Amino acid sequence: MSTTTATHHDDHAHDSHGHPTGLMRWVKSTNHKDIGTMYLWFSFAMFLFAGAMAMGIRAELFQPGLQFVQPETFNQLTTLHGLIMIFGAIMPAFVGFANWQVPLMIGAPDMAFPRLNNMSFWLLIPAAILLIASIFVPGGAVAGGWTMYPPLSVQGGMSVDMSVFALHILGVSSIVGSINIITTIFNMRAPGMTLMKMPMFVWTWLITAYLLIAAMPVLAGALTMLITDRHFGTHFFNAAGGGDPVLFQHVFWFFGHPEVYIMILPAFGILSTIIPTFARKPLFGYASMVYATAAIAVLSFVVWAHHMFTTGMPVAGQLFFMYSTMLISVPTGVKVFNWLATMWKGSMTFETPMLFSIAVVFLFTIGGFSGLVCAILPVDIQLQDTYYVVAHFHYVLFSGAAMAIMGGVYYWLPKWTGHMYDEKLGKWHFWLTTIAFNVTFFPMHFTGLAGMPRRIPDYSQQFAEFNMISSLGAFALGLSQLLFLYVVIKCIRGGEKATNQVWEGAHGLEWTVASPAPFHTFETPPQVK
Amino acid sequence: MNLDDKKSVLSATNNRLAWKLSLIVLAGLLFAFAIAPLYDLLCKELGLNGRADSTMTASDKHMKIDKTRWVTVIFTGNTMPGLAWSFSPAQTSLRVHPGEITLTSYMAKNNGADSELGVAVPSVTPELAALYFKKIECFCFKQQTLKSGESKKMPVLFYVKPDLPADVNTVTLNYAFYNGVTSLGQAALTQAGETPIKVN
Repeated sequence: MSTTTATHHDDHAHDSHGHPTGLMRWVKSTNHKDIGTMYLWFSFAMFLFAGAMAMGIRAELFQPGLQFVQPETFNQLTTLHGLIMIFGAIMPAFVGFANWQVPLMIGAPDMAFPRLNNMSFWLLIPAAILLIASIFVPGGAVAGGWTMYPPLSVQGGMSVDMSVFALHILGVSSIVGSINIITTIFNMRAPGMTLMKMPMFVWTWLITAYLLIAAMPVLAGALTMLITDRHFGTHFFNAAGGGDPVLFQHVFWFFGHPEVYIMILPAFGILSTIIPTFARKPLFGYASMVYATAAIAVLSFVVWAHHMFTTGMPVAGQLFFMYSTMLISVPTGVKVFNWLATMWKGSMTFETPMLFSIAVVFLFTIGGFSGLVCAILPVDIQLQDTYYVVAHFHYVLFSGAAMAIMGGVYYWLPKWTGHMYDEKLGKWHFWLTTIAFNVTFFPMHFTGLAGMPRRIPDYSQQFAEFNMISSLGAFALGLSQLLFLYVVIKCIRGGEKATNQVWEGAHGLEWTVASPAPFHTFETPPQVK
Repeated sequence: MNLDDKKSVLSATNNRLAWKLSLIVLAGLLFAFAIAPLYDLLCKELGLNGRADSTMTASDKHMKIDKTRWVTVIFTGNTMPGLAWSFSPAQTSLRVHPGEITLTSYMAKNNGADSELGVAVPSVTPELAALYFKKIECFCFKQQTLKSGESKKMPVLFYVKPDLPADVNTVTLNYAFYNGVTSLGQAALTQAGETPIKVN
């Protein structure tokens, strides 16, 4: 990372034209910090909502047999849990970070298109309403899995239309947001900040934004075909009319796999920011980190069919997708080794953000390895649609993306609020989350290997013990997140005053402005050496 | 250059970049829709996904029957929702020599109260065998009408091409019978059973 100095300080930040207040401050906001805050709160609300659904899933799976919900409801819970966590919780959280941090890190006064930024956020609300309201329409919410494979999604009730429309809206929001982020990064960097001096978080978001604008339209295309199949008599996916349901899987995963990296690359950016701070060493191998991120992004477009090994493909195709998938572990490994090398012989301290980051490096690597196991074609045929896959993607999405988000929140919270969070409670939150997470998901490797299928509300007796352990872990994991909410609220309301630099080892433009960051920053661009 | 000029230059550059980026978005959207015809073309050309050419094939007089080899052909059939028929193969499997022209049949009965129009969509598994499975005569080439309570024997005249890869010993032929009046079936009629579905 570059050494940066701000020559100008916006001490007149709370300036003459004042600062809008009340509800309209938020509704009409074009301020990147306000919009970032709204993104983060939105995603946290969705996180709790979809998390509550997961509690329902685990309550049902606590014991074999049907106790709390009927299979139809169970399927709705798993489907909506996935859709909302991905599109409502993780993606908006990262956009929230981008809004807050990208302009601060590159020394820009705001995003390139502040009004579009406002629109990107407010599009999330109707989408969330559509998704949540779909639970209450006749037939209930979508129940065919978050991937919405036909023929179930072609046959489903009006909730499918509502969800598809919601995803269309979220897609527009993501695309507009990404164009905004790319333009900001390319055109609004402070003088002297060359591309290779940008903080790693900005790099990962630049690449993520490119993935979004290339992949989201493909999802929009697939969903549009689904809608025309449902209502306008086309037969893209209808076997009777010469279509093919497998076509949907190809189009969907052509979007879906880049989507996986959309949800993890910004997390890598957060780790690459936090680890050097608390190791008190610059990031090891900055350039290789940039190239590795770009390599992951490019490879993410040529591995999609590893999600479809069992749905029919010639052997040559299966082998291609197996090897290209395994290839991704090379740039990912570069990143993991760089983080380890950053920590090597560093003067490490273990504040909450660092604890989260170290846990993510460790647990994400476990998820990466189980992904490598799933990539092996003959093994995947056994593991397809079992709890092993559930364990794998929770190790990369929860202990990868979500825990990186939590670490990032603790890391930047003092800059956002002006107060230090309660370190003791933060550590409690960390340990509870990490232990409960592993209690929940580690046993799923075993139940999956033993053949327990996912998305089924009942299971055979032999899985009873492991499922009970998983459920107990899940309840603890769910409750621990309320502690997170409490710590954040407590920090907003008060606490030890944060200094500008906040962390002893923190470097970069965002640490040169006051804490809390004033409403307007860098109206006169800083000089980067 | 004063601050306002700088700002308007920046906003023009921003707009230009945003429009360029929207081209990527447009390309992504077009690509999504291009996948559908590309996929059909690829599957047909390469015989993947059970989507072989299953139109009427004339028998080839010069074709040699490979008496040294046996292939088991399994027949399956099912009706799709919206068609009150029962439908099943007369023989569930046959052993044939590659190149040998064989006649078999399916039985269909209308259990509903009304006369109904049906159309059968064939598919072949394993996918690789689809290119080598040829039908000379098949009830799936045209729509079928059954009156209430009527049953009908539906013949299939087929052969397996002698150049079927040596590791394929068993070929499964499946028919899915769709209601020919619903919009789905209408579309199937226009395809006249030319595009079989894939069955795992």
